[in-house]
Amino acid sequence: MRFKILGILAAVTLISACETAPEEDMASTGDGATTASTTAAATTAMVDPITPGSQRDLMVNVGDRVYFDYDRFDLNDISRATLEKQAAWMKQNSGVMVTLEGHCDERGTREYNLALGARRANSAKDYLVSLGVSASRINVSSYGEERPVAMGSNDAAYAQNRRAETVVR
Amino acid sequence: MLEPIQKKRTAMCFNAFYSTFCKRVLGVLAVGLIIVASVSSNAVAELNIDITRGTVEPLPVAVAPFMGEQTEEISYGRSISDVVAADLERSGLFKPIDSNAFIQSPEDMNTLPRFGDWRIINAQALVQGRTQLVEDGRLRVEFRLWDVFAEQQLVGLAYFTVPENWRRVAHIIADAIYKRLTGEEGYFDTRIVYIAQQSETGSCKATTRLNPFGKRLSIMDQDGENRRYLTDGSSLVLTPRFSPSQQEITYMSYHGNVPRVYIFNIDSGHQEVVGDFPGMTFAPRFSHDGKTIIMSMAADGNSDIYTQNLQTREVAQLTKHSGIDTSPSFSPDGKFVVFNSDRGGSQQLYVMSSKGGSVRRISHDGGRYATPVWSPRGDMIAFTKMKGGRFFIGVMRADGSGERLLAEDFKIEAPTWAPNGRVLMFFRKERTNEDGSGGRSRLFTIDLTGHNEREVATMCDASDPAWSPIIP
Repeated sequence: MRFKILGILAAVTLISACETAPEEDMASTGDGATTASTTAAATTAMVDPITPGSQRDLMVNVGDRVYFDYDRFDLNDISRATLEKQAAWMKQNSGVMVTLEGHCDERGTREYNLALGARRANSAKDYLVSLGVSASRINVSSYGEERPVAMGSNDAAYAQNRRAETVVR
Repeated sequence: MLEPIQKKRTAMCFNAFYSTFCKRVLGVLAVGLIIVASVSSNAVAELNIDITRGTVEPLPVAVAPFMGEQTEEISYGRSISDVVAADLERSGLFKPIDSNAFIQSPEDMNTLPRFGDWRIINAQALVQGRTQLVEDGRLRVEFRLWDVFAEQQLVGLAYFTVPENWRRVAHIIADAIYKRLTGEEGYFDTRIVYIAQQSETGSCKATTRLNPFGKRLSIMDQDGENRRYLTDGSSLVLTPRFSPSQQEITYMSYHGNVPRVYIFNIDSGHQEVVGDFPGMTFAPRFSHDGKTIIMSMAADGNSDIYTQNLQTREVAQLTKHSGIDTSPSFSPDGKFVVFNSDRGGSQQLYVMSSKGGSVRRISHDGGRYATPVWSPRGDMIAFTKMKGGRFFIGVMRADGSGERLLAEDFKIEAPTWAPNGRVLMFFRKERTNEDGSGGRSRLFTIDLTGHNEREVATMCDASDPAWSPIIP
């Protein structure tokens, strides 16, 4: 059971790495993902330990993103819980600066989605600030529908794409 | 560059052909071929297309290969007549007759057309022309448009150009024919600026981490030819629009990973940020005099509409509302701005004064509305609509009445007007599969009547089209 969970975590790490890794790294990361269920869990942890305060630390140990309903930018209980952990993490890692990136699914017009992404990023920022994180440590940006993490014109993919990501600068 | 022929020249009888004809109509020609259209009013009544009707039976037209003497001239001539025929065909108003059906050969057309030969194949109009490489290396192209049944010349014009410009001459000729037969300005000698991106097959690949779909600012002729990239793909770029001068484009770029509005000069390749705003600027358009950019800025998560005067750098905030205010578009007279806002709870279209204020909602037929674009004539507004999980391209009168939906699909968006206000271009994005396949994005045109939808072929996937004004 424990092994299985580790395997999933490792896969999550690898997949997430794809999103921010330069293109030339994607092929090798992809190869790693195919073997993640058997060996990658142990080796990943050993070869590449998680640096506190890094993007991977945030992703693996805290959660680097929160999700939104269609055409909404208000935070639900799960999102607030994630942001509360992020706020605590930012206090622990007081030198870390982040950018909150707002994203949308494709079921809107491009320009409206840029505005909606800005709203989502700002919702997350406002909550972090209300929890005591200095606003000067947080940038906001919006990518609208330009950077989906999940492919597919279906509700499951849309749900993953409606998000605010916290990215360590 | 392109020079319309001087009046003095147009009055000449070309190279002694049409010699009998010349004597007969020399009076008309001497006035200048440019205004030949105003004579022979009887014939005008016979050969005229009413393009405001819903469906039009396309007018059969014969476009004869333009004559030439040297091989190179003949080659240019054929290419030009092919482009003229293709322009006319794509408008949906004309049906070029297959050249295999032609009885009179181009070589045989140094004299007046044998109208009987063209009537037999039911050509209502006949286009003939001639190409000639003149001593200074330029290409001289002349053409005549005939009313076959009235046996009258409707238009006759000649142009000099550098040979590489032959496509433009073909489009200008197609515009002249369109104008003469429909009474409306043509739109063939125009360009499209758009966003090219990697296609499913992997061609046009220019992806980077910061620009995952390899989106590049691109420009082409309205028929999809002469495509070229204006940016190298290192930054994500979106939503370009032409200035009235055509030499500048405003667009949004994530250059340096900071999303802002830029101006791109087509001649110099120079790019410049518009203004110094504290937040993301997006959704830019020029005013019709080219002096002002109108756009949105998101500050503290809220998007409002701003203008910046490009000469004085003066900034004005036009909306101040907690709703999303974006996708602004000036009326052609510059007095009003139409935009979309969710201030009333859902995304709707609103019109306000171009100074801000006097805001009133104009969309009322249910659903969400976006990307309003004021027509060049000022009487209509085109928009994207979302309803019941579907996307639509539609038009309404400027007061919001008379809504008509022209196209519907899974995702279609961003209409842009041809400069004559008769045709709209937009993009269509297909569904994406879970493995990332599918999801093609392509450009289409549709007539204002909702008929004659056509794809504009682009090598790469394409979105965010913006139609140029008429090229000066």
